[in-house]
Formats: sequence, structure tokens, C-alpha cells
Amino acid sequence: MSQSSAAWTDQRVEIIVASLLRAGVLLAAAVVALGGIIFLVRHGRAMPQYAKFVGEPFELRTVSGIIRGTASFHGRNIIQLGLLLLIATPVARVAFSVIAFALERDRLYVVITLIVLAVLLFSLAGGHV
Amino acid sequence: MNIFEHTLLIGLGSLGAGFLGALTGLGGGIVITPLLTILFGVDIRYAIGASLVSVIATSSGAAAAYVKEGFTNIRIGMFLEIATTAGAVVGASVASRLPASTISVIFGIVLLFSAYASTRPAPKTSSDGGANRLAGRLKLDSTYPTLQGIQRYHVRGVPAGFSLMFVAGTLSGLLGIGSGALKVIAMDQAMRIPFKVSTTTSNFMIGVTAAASAGIYLQRGYIDPGLAMPVMLGVALGALLGARVLARTRTALLRVVFGIVVAVLAFEMIYHGITGRL
Repeated sequence: MSQSSAAWTDQRVEIIVASLLRAGVLLAAAVVALGGIIFLVRHGRAMPQYAKFVGEPFELRTVSGIIRGTASFHGRNIIQLGLLLLIATPVARVAFSVIAFALERDRLYVVITLIVLAVLLFSLAGGHV
Repeated sequence: MNIFEHTLLIGLGSLGAGFLGALTGLGGGIVITPLLTILFGVDIRYAIGASLVSVIATSSGAAAAYVKEGFTNIRIGMFLEIATTAGAVVGASVASRLPASTISVIFGIVLLFSAYASTRPAPKTSSDGGANRLAGRLKLDSTYPTLQGIQRYHVRGVPAGFSLMFVAGTLSGLLGIGSGALKVIAMDQAMRIPFKVSTTTSNFMIGVTAAASAGIYLQRGYIDPGLAMPVMLGVALGALLGARVLARTRTALLRVVFGIVVAVLAFEMIYHGITGRL
């Protein structure tokens, strides 16, 4: 395969992936906005407390906690779900790239991309193995 | 000021930051943390968490436009992401062990550097040094569209670029920024990649790098939904508007003005950090 045709394939795959990414960001933004409206309607008159760091409670900190908490329909939970979707979009992009490089039979880049994906998943698991 | 007013003001501030960030090419994320800590008195850890989220939104949202132009080099981006994501994990881990005052001072210094880097004019296309063995084996050389048609370019300085990318990733994870300025310098100066390819590939990498530290920040409880919501929506919308008007604006003066604003914020961050008023 010549260099130029490889670049062309790369670009076509990337355009598709980039469009998916934008859709992911839009979806995430919509979920965040929905959660934001619920949050503001319910708690808009309370006083903000961000001056002192206390950290978020368990159900807003972990992937499983956020997903489970969504059913409760709390504004903060829904916002956090949207943010999780947002964090997941670049991860999905890397996962797609693994497939794209595999289709191009580019073994070196399948390995490189898998390393990046592994680091991302390690981080999403909270930095614990 | 209740939560509703607080959210509205932060949203407007983030909108402005995203707008100016897109116009100047400096990125909106870099001024979010100073804005939240200095103006709104938010703890720097919450501020960094919210900023990081907005960085992912702008990078991923802008990706489609950049890729279509044909400048982004996916292989360079993916290879260097090994360094940036590993750095981001290290940076995010270090962040939880450093006192807020130290992070504030480091933030100020990086901010000053970014302001300086952004006011420099875009360098002329780097001279092509010919084929390089390591870059060749990694298949980093490629082509890009110019006014004179499709042009080939060769990549060099792979170890230096890779190391700089690790530093960029560490700063991104430590401070919740995109580190776009340093990424561009690593590619443009150290690896001799054409400027247009460097900037668009840098944008491609920023979202993935930020995601690598966002997971850790989320687990540490740094990402507060009430705060991240107006920041993410504001910056993303601002960046979208900024990209729309970018083509019809003279950005030279704007870059200088924004550069000065960033420099003032940088000195505030350093001062606040040293005097411990955070």
C-alpha cells in the first residue's frame, strides 16, 4: 500500500470518528443541561459552597455509582452522568482507532493504540489495578 | 449570591473564556481555573476538575472541523499519546499529594509561559531535514495540503518530542489544562512537524490526554456537578461561537489583549499561592 492511499484511508476513518465524537459531545451536553435544569429548579436558592474542598460523595465519584444513581433522578447525578459520557468520548475514539488500524493491518499501530487505551481504562478505574 | 446566580455568572464567564480561547488559539480551559479561584473563591481542586471537563468538550467538539482539513496526523497523535496519557496519570496522582498553594504557583508559571508562547507569531514552515530512521519505522512521515498542492514532510527528533509530550501530559494532569502550547512546541520545534499539522494534531491529542486524568479526578471527588455544569456548557458554547467568527476577525490585537489578561491572572495565581490566600 502506498503512503498516499494509507493517508487517505486514515482520513476517511477519522472523519467518521470525528463526527461521532461531536455527536458524543452534543449528547453529553444535552444530558448535563437536563441535569442542570433539575438541579437549579430544586436547589437554585441554596447557597453555593465551593470555597472549601470536601470532595464528592461516593455515588458521584465512581462509574458504577453514577450509573446506579441516575435512576434516582437527582439533578447532580444526571449532570455527572453527562460528564461521564463526555469523558468516554475520547476513550471511544481511541477504541475506534484500534479497529481502524486493525482493518489497515497495521500491527505496530494496533499495539500503540492498545497501550493508550489501556492507560485510559486504568485511569477510569481510578488509577487502581 | 445563591446557587442560581452563582451558576449563571460562572456560565457567562466560561462563555467568554471559551470564546476568547477559540479566537486566540490559546484554549478556554487555561483561564477557567484562575477565573474560578480568584473571582469566585472556589477551591482550586474543584476549579481544576471543572476546567478539565471543559477541555475535553472543546477538543472533541472541534475535532471534526480539523480532521476534514486534512492536517491531522493520526499516527503522530496516537504515538505521542502514549507519552501524554502516561504523563497525565502521573500528574493527576501528584496533584492530590501537593498542597493547593504549590499547585497555584505552578499554575501561574505555566500560565505565564503560555501567554508568552501565544503572543509569538506562528513560525514559518520548518525546514525539512530529510528522512529519519526512527520516524520512518514509526511511520510518522506523511503529507499535508498547502497552497502549492500536497506536500510531503519528514519527522525527526522523536525522543525529544516524546519526552516533551510526557511533560505536557504531566502538566495537563496536574493543572487540568490542555497544555496545547507545549504540545505545539514539542511537535513544531523538536520534531520539525509543519505548524498547521502540529496545531491540529495537538487538538486531537488534548481530549484524549484530558480524559486520562479526568478519570482519576472523578474518583478523587474533584469534579463537582454543580460547578462543572456551567463551566462545561459555557466553554463549549463559547468555543463554538468563537470558531464561527474566527474567519472574519483580525486576531493579532486580540491575542495581545488576551495574552495580557492571562499574564495578569498568572501573577495573581502566583501571589495567591505564595501568600496562601486560596
